[in-house]
Amino acid sequence: MIGYLLRRILAAIPVMGVVALFVFLLLRLTPGDPAAILAGDNATPEQLERIRTTLGLNEPLYIQFFTWINQLLHGDLGVSLISKVPVLQMIGQRIEPSISVALSTIILSILVAVPLGVIAAWKHGTWIDRFVMALSVLGFSVPVFVIGYILIQVFAINLRWVPVQGFKSLSVGFGPFFERIILPTCALSFIYVALIARMTRAAMLDVLGEDFVRTARAKGVSEIAVLLRHALRNAAVPVITVIGSGFALLISGVVVTESVFNLPGIGRLTVDAVLARDYPVIQGMILLTSFIYLAVNLLIDLAYTLLDPRIRY
Amino acid sequence: MTDTILDIDNLVVTVGKTKNPNGPRIIDGVSIKVEKGETLCVVGESGSGKSVTSLTTMGLLPKNALHPVGGSVKLVGEELLTASDRRLRELRATKMAMIFQEPMTALNPVVPVGRQIDEVLRAHTSLDARARRKRILDMMEQVHLPDVERIFGSYPHRLSGGQRQRIMIAMALVLEPKLLIADEPTTALDVTTQKQILSLIRELQRDHGTAVLFITHDMGVVAEIADRVAVMRQGRLVETGALDKILRAPEMDYTRNLLASVPSLIPRPPRPDSTEPVVLETNELGKVYRERSFLGKAREVVAAQNVTITLRKGRTLGIVGESGSGKSTVARCIVRLIDPTSGGVRLAGHEISILTRRLLQPHRKRIQIVFQDPYRSLNPRLTVGESIAEGPINYGTSHEKAMARARELLELVGLPADAISRYPHQFSGGQRQRIAIARALALDPDVLVADEAVSALDVSVQAQVLELLDEIQRRLGIAILFITHDLRVAAQICDEVVVMQKGRIVEQGPAGEILTHPKEAYTKSLLEAAPGRNWDFANFRPVSEAVA
Repeated sequence: MIGYLLRRILAAIPVMGVVALFVFLLLRLTPGDPAAILAGDNATPEQLERIRTTLGLNEPLYIQFFTWINQLLHGDLGVSLISKVPVLQMIGQRIEPSISVALSTIILSILVAVPLGVIAAWKHGTWIDRFVMALSVLGFSVPVFVIGYILIQVFAINLRWVPVQGFKSLSVGFGPFFERIILPTCALSFIYVALIARMTRAAMLDVLGEDFVRTARAKGVSEIAVLLRHALRNAAVPVITVIGSGFALLISGVVVTESVFNLPGIGRLTVDAVLARDYPVIQGMILLTSFIYLAVNLLIDLAYTLLDPRIRY
Repeated sequence: MTDTILDIDNLVVTVGKTKNPNGPRIIDGVSIKVEKGETLCVVGESGSGKSVTSLTTMGLLPKNALHPVGGSVKLVGEELLTASDRRLRELRATKMAMIFQEPMTALNPVVPVGRQIDEVLRAHTSLDARARRKRILDMMEQVHLPDVERIFGSYPHRLSGGQRQRIMIAMALVLEPKLLIADEPTTALDVTTQKQILSLIRELQRDHGTAVLFITHDMGVVAEIADRVAVMRQGRLVETGALDKILRAPEMDYTRNLLASVPSLIPRPPRPDSTEPVVLETNELGKVYRERSFLGKAREVVAAQNVTITLRKGRTLGIVGESGSGKSTVARCIVRLIDPTSGGVRLAGHEISILTRRLLQPHRKRIQIVFQDPYRSLNPRLTVGESIAEGPINYGTSHEKAMARARELLELVGLPADAISRYPHQFSGGQRQRIAIARALALDPDVLVADEAVSALDVSVQAQVLELLDEIQRRLGIAILFITHDLRVAAQICDEVVVMQKGRIVEQGPAGEILTHPKEAYTKSLLEAAPGRNWDFANFRPVSEAVA
């Protein structure tokens, strides 16, 4: 197990290396002089030369790459062209709202979707099953921003239960944090719930037809134990896979959600950086999201081995 | 005080989404009784309703498909058909227990086996953890599992098929139920393991006085284990009686035919030696699977080694062996579905083991294969005609000619010509296997490889398909390589037999020789383990009386 973990981490290094190379080349291969891009439209030749020297742009490409990697490994992601603040610091300031919404979305979705999927499979073919499936089609087809604006209209404007937008750090207190994060979480959870509930139902239906479920019933085990201990544990692997790959949905969803609810998160940071062509920030964000993907994938593969003893690496 | 444990009286089960007494009857007025300490074998072919009868007793019928609508099922005097779900749950494992056909799938793969047995005790007793563990280990010893402490914590995939079935039996009997229902419990096991499991069930039954309802399609198994026999067909009871009476003097025609279809272990009279040309030979054929994981150690599995066989035109060579013996690997290497790692294969004089896919193409049509499961080996989206004609069309035959040929072949395998435009799901298992044979013959091969081609079929259908293969061989002079685990089938169709174990040939020679006077200990043990080997079913007498 430890050996596997080490192998997987080792195997992640070349992947991150390729990502880093891509990110590095992004700036170098963009048409035009990188120094001119970095310096902006009104730079003087002296300024350009100074940038070239500081960035080592006069050095051969591979030396530039290794210098850049060296900086990366020391936590230096460069400085934003617009705000002149170090990229790492910018991400640090903006990451809390994004992480909060992402994590609470995953937790809420699993808590809602897995029981829904289990019940739908258990009551297969009844109105409960059809209701859950209809809900899931709705979740897939309505865009996040529509759900977001409806939630704001109902709960923030009409009922006045929560503020319309904005974010308060958890350090301010749980109450203010919670009431600002609950609507974005609900909005983003919709599609996620639809996805997980659907997968849970399908996986459960497969497993409920298996021989060992019949064995469990023949033992006189209660129905709830049959469902949870025998069926759900065996259905977990495909469900976990979907939760993991749903991360892609989540990251793009976070960008939209943050705009709708005016959350100062990294999603909006990215959008702003792309619009302003703030290359160091874009580079930093690509590296960060790739890293998160790799980490999530690793976690999912580890979860497989915990859930299914037949899976050994 | 009566000793009747299970009393099924005039049971009727119908098919339908809702409970409808007038729906199609899948069980139609079946009555059987099982007494204390007795084994009643329910035999019948697929669709006879034997499994439905047992599931009805356990209360495990799929709720929205099958419904008991009449009669009664009494367990030690208690009516089960009207019992609540809660009461049925209480009775399961305590008064009645069940073991199933596939020990591979009947255990939960993600829970250690000890805990799966423990679940029974937790659901039905108030014993503490230590007492439960002691009782489980005790029971595991009673079913003769080795190293019970280790196996207690093992997952099912770490155990062999036989060990898993022992776990199932331990789980079923740990609370000493009055009734044990065994639904084809040895069908998925090798003969030697089957023999052990059958004697284990016998032994436990003797010790605990359990009544056993044993469901099987295998007359050999019936002869080994039954006290009484109930023959079922299409949801009705054909006849019941003591074992000896049913085997010696069956009253009903159906029972007579069923017994007559059981292939005999006594090999058919040998055909004269052949001087026809050799169409297939392998020379020290071998297949090694290598598994290399990233930065991990390489693992080697030898699936076949030094396999040298010869097959002449118009003859049938059988490869027999238990699961994992490498018989299917050899067949697949010969047909080049997988590539051998060593040795050679000569097909009609051409070495084909080293040919590239493209160079192999013209030789492919000389050797064709029929697989075990006719439900999965035909493409469900193609009509029967398209399936049969596909091969010849690939080799340049025109569509009309290929279809005309398909019609001829369907006639040859005993199917109506209009079968050509129908789809596989519209046929029974036996008919599908005929289609698969027609498909294989479409290319006029020199060699037909039948990989467990009759193993999934009921005995009466099996007999017909074997007859068909024999007839085709006589008419077309084709050579057949027949892979089987069933010595009875081998005895009835093979001229020569090769016995394989763990990838190697143990013994080979004329079928009459090998199957009556085997020289090797392994072959002897296989023959000894063959269930019902003391009975000559087709002649309604024990083998000993036939010799006398």
